[in-house]
Amino acid sequence: MFPKPIEKTSPITQRMYKIALPVALIIWLLPLIAVALTSIRSAGDLNSGNYWGWPTSFNLIENYTAVFTNSPIAKYILNSFKVTIPTVIGAITLSAMTGYALAVYRFKSNLIIFFMFVAGNFVPFQILMVPVRDLTLQLGVYNTTTGLVLFHVAFQTGFCTLFMRNFIKALPFELIEAARAEGVNEFQIFWYVVLPLMKPALAALAVLVFTFIWNDYFWATVLTQGANSQPVTAGLYTLNGQWVSAWHLVSAGSIVAAMPPVIMFFLMQKHFISGLTFGAIK
Amino acid sequence: MSLLRFEEKMTAVTRFWKENQLGLAPWLFLAPGIFMFLLYVIIPITQSMSISLYEWDGLGQKEFIGFANYVELMDDEAFYTSLKNNVIWLVLYMLAIPGGLFVALFLNQTVRGIRIYKSLFFFPFVMSQVVVGLVFSWFYDPNFGLMNVIITSFGFEPIAVLADERLVTYGIIIAGLWPQTAYCMILFLTGLNAISTEQIEAARLDNAKGWRMLWYVILPQLRPATFIAIVVTVIGALRSFDLVSIMTDGGPWGSSRVLAFYMYEKAFSEYGFRMGYGAAISVVLFGIMMIYITWVLYRMYRDERGA
Repeated sequence: MFPKPIEKTSPITQRMYKIALPVALIIWLLPLIAVALTSIRSAGDLNSGNYWGWPTSFNLIENYTAVFTNSPIAKYILNSFKVTIPTVIGAITLSAMTGYALAVYRFKSNLIIFFMFVAGNFVPFQILMVPVRDLTLQLGVYNTTTGLVLFHVAFQTGFCTLFMRNFIKALPFELIEAARAEGVNEFQIFWYVVLPLMKPALAALAVLVFTFIWNDYFWATVLTQGANSQPVTAGLYTLNGQWVSAWHLVSAGSIVAAMPPVIMFFLMQKHFISGLTFGAIK
Repeated sequence: MSLLRFEEKMTAVTRFWKENQLGLAPWLFLAPGIFMFLLYVIIPITQSMSISLYEWDGLGQKEFIGFANYVELMDDEAFYTSLKNNVIWLVLYMLAIPGGLFVALFLNQTVRGIRIYKSLFFFPFVMSQVVVGLVFSWFYDPNFGLMNVIITSFGFEPIAVLADERLVTYGIIIAGLWPQTAYCMILFLTGLNAISTEQIEAARLDNAKGWRMLWYVILPQLRPATFIAIVVTVIGALRSFDLVSIMTDGGPWGSSRVLAFYMYEKAFSEYGFRMGYGAAISVVLFGIMMIYITWVLYRMYRDERGA
């Protein structure tokens, strides 16, 4: 192990390390802690300039209730789910198939198609913005969650294909050959042989895509407006403009908006990290 | 009679399928994915290139103006500000890589509760950049932000980071480095985990330790992790739209614009949509990105050949 395991160092170093850990963590999360503390303060405290002193009252429940009753944040969150969940399902379905095709079959344009997906995945969003907005308008899905889902599914298919293809490539190919020798057709091989082995990849991509899409802000502002279709990222920006000096509400709102991916991360940490670090080791 | 013929036809289809399924199957699997990707990604790229040759408000008639948008860009001071800021972003964002490595080395221990620490250090990456932007906006606030509370408690004057033309871009980049460092950290932690203990022990016997050990033994083994860290950090730097939009809206006086943001601003300007001009900016950004994409693809191609 590198660096040297702390148990093998002197007792003083060990003690220092144990003190350094929480101190470093508090410094690292300081901006976030500040927001969390603000979110339980009363408006009175903020008005009287008591930003960082001991709060005169703890308004945890009041503030968070106020966020839900004074703003359409519940609607925004619902919209976020309406965008995120279908996107996860759509992108994973499409890319399981493309990834399978690119990993298992040898044909001339294989590598070109694969590189198209990879390259497209790196493209700056702005070069897609004007035509995609136009297309969304033409399809009649501008300002709807469907419009966002369609774009996100298409774009995420790029990243997911890269992931799936490399994952399937690492599976033992003999399994597929054996199935073919038995006369199993290609669709059955995909469904009964390969797909069950892809469960870790499917789980990893599901959490990753969920987080990416939940946190998307750019496309939310380009393809939607107003509380009827906007997801929570764009909604939060709007609320920030409305609640100019109500910092306790803005911070409570931010924490609410950040919750779903955070919960997702803690529940599926192993898959999340294995997805994110895929390729980081040989 | 017709039923018989139908059956005959079916067997012909089945036979055709049986004989050609290895050739046909990949295309059937690829079709939906390729269709969506062409429709929403590949074709729009070419459309943007073509739109950049027009003057267009997004609704009315397009007017072909050749390279006039690009010529205009050459004299656009705001474009150069954005370009310069993009370079600053790109350079400073790279700090996330050594930063992430440093945090990873710090956390790569097996003391009790270390897993929770790792997760909490990773926290900033899981949050939306909108939240990160809001969090840092308050942190920097000259009147009540925690940063200035700390600064003034040491007897210094408060600094209005986001209202200062010279500091604003750096202030936003620091906000961006927060989640990005967390991302690099997790890549390096995974990499460190995979390093063989035997090699480290062998190097220890050869009296390698500290920096020498890191440089000659550890870093070479972290190459795949470093490669991915570079890839995601460059993309992160060039995609810097969210934070600029949330924290400053390009201000003060446009001094924190980056190309991604400036393009959006021009295309959806309150003084009338200029889709053509916006598209021209995005083509420039795309060109910069393309250099880098080519490098990544080249490396992948080399690995594919090698495999």
